[in-house]
Amino acid sequence: MSDDHVHLTLAEGHEDDTRWAYGTGFEDPLHGVDSAVPDGIDAGELAAVCVALADDALVLAQRLAEWTTRAPELEEEVALANIGLDLLGQARLLYSRAGQVDGTGRDEDAYAYFRDAGDFRNVRLAELPGGDFAFCVARLLALSAWRLAHFERLTASDDPVLAAIAAKGVKELSYHRQYAAEWVVRLGDGTAESHHRMQDALEQIAPYLDELFTAYDVEDEVGAVLKQVTKAAGVPLPTCRPLPGAGRDGEHTEHLAPLLAELQSLARAHPDATW
Amino acid sequence: MTTEKDNWQLYEVFVRGKRGLNHVHVGSLHAADDRMALTHARDLYTRRNEGVSIWVVRSGNITASTRDEKDPFFVPSADKVYRHPTFYDIPDDVPHI
Repeated sequence: MSDDHVHLTLAEGHEDDTRWAYGTGFEDPLHGVDSAVPDGIDAGELAAVCVALADDALVLAQRLAEWTTRAPELEEEVALANIGLDLLGQARLLYSRAGQVDGTGRDEDAYAYFRDAGDFRNVRLAELPGGDFAFCVARLLALSAWRLAHFERLTASDDPVLAAIAAKGVKELSYHRQYAAEWVVRLGDGTAESHHRMQDALEQIAPYLDELFTAYDVEDEVGAVLKQVTKAAGVPLPTCRPLPGAGRDGEHTEHLAPLLAELQSLARAHPDATW
Repeated sequence: MTTEKDNWQLYEVFVRGKRGLNHVHVGSLHAADDRMALTHARDLYTRRNEGVSIWVVRSGNITASTRDEKDPFFVPSADKVYRHPTFYDIPDDVPHI
């Protein structure tokens, strides 16, 4: 073969799909899925589930994006950005579904850019500010383990669109959880400094874990994952009293509003702009 | 001064684009161990749907021919036309030859 190169090889036979520089064969996760709301489903409840899960993803994606140009290694920067983009993709699909079912016909931008902090329904763990890399991966472990367990149940949702979105997300989240777990073990079982930082990180996230377990009974499953990983890391998961309040009810920390201000500033300064 | 960074090894990355094709060298990266090299390779080199399989190997484990050996290694095969299967008719529907 004269052009024995993976990128050129992949481009062969896909002349009709030239907008992609390299990989091809992309799949639309909602292809062939009926978007009508099935009978017997409470549209308001379904929309609320979609918005809550989309808000978690959007806010965490923004926190992960903040690592761009600041990560300890180039490779980790790309890894965190990839994970953030996966979550952003989930958020877009979920917002779009919410707009279809809640009767407002809003598009994904309306949810992401034109709601204020009090209207967001994400869990507070997602909005906590950056911290160090240990905090980043500890939080990612907790949120991806929980979201994966949640999405696995949603693949059996009565709403076919939500089930399809969840099925796509399960594969992404499995990798996110694995990536985070490997780093939690590596840092916890690493040097004295990294062990200490991982211990601090787990203490910071512990008070926010309780509010994750509302919609589905996944606490035992997620707890088992966290215990397994922290045991391998040699850093016990602290037990502590959960914080009162719930991001799901719109009660947020003071950190969400500044995050949204940055996220939304461009769209609000130039409404209806396209780029 | 020795830093943690010095412990990270250089790895070469090979990706197989489709079933039936060979793994092809796509680039290199730094990682602390084999497992991290594999996840880094996944994140850096397959994010545009390029691959179905990845190999990583420490660059130090590759034995390569040198520029000095170019003539004795490769020039002698340049005039052995009879080693090429040019005397067969290849059917149109056989790719990758």
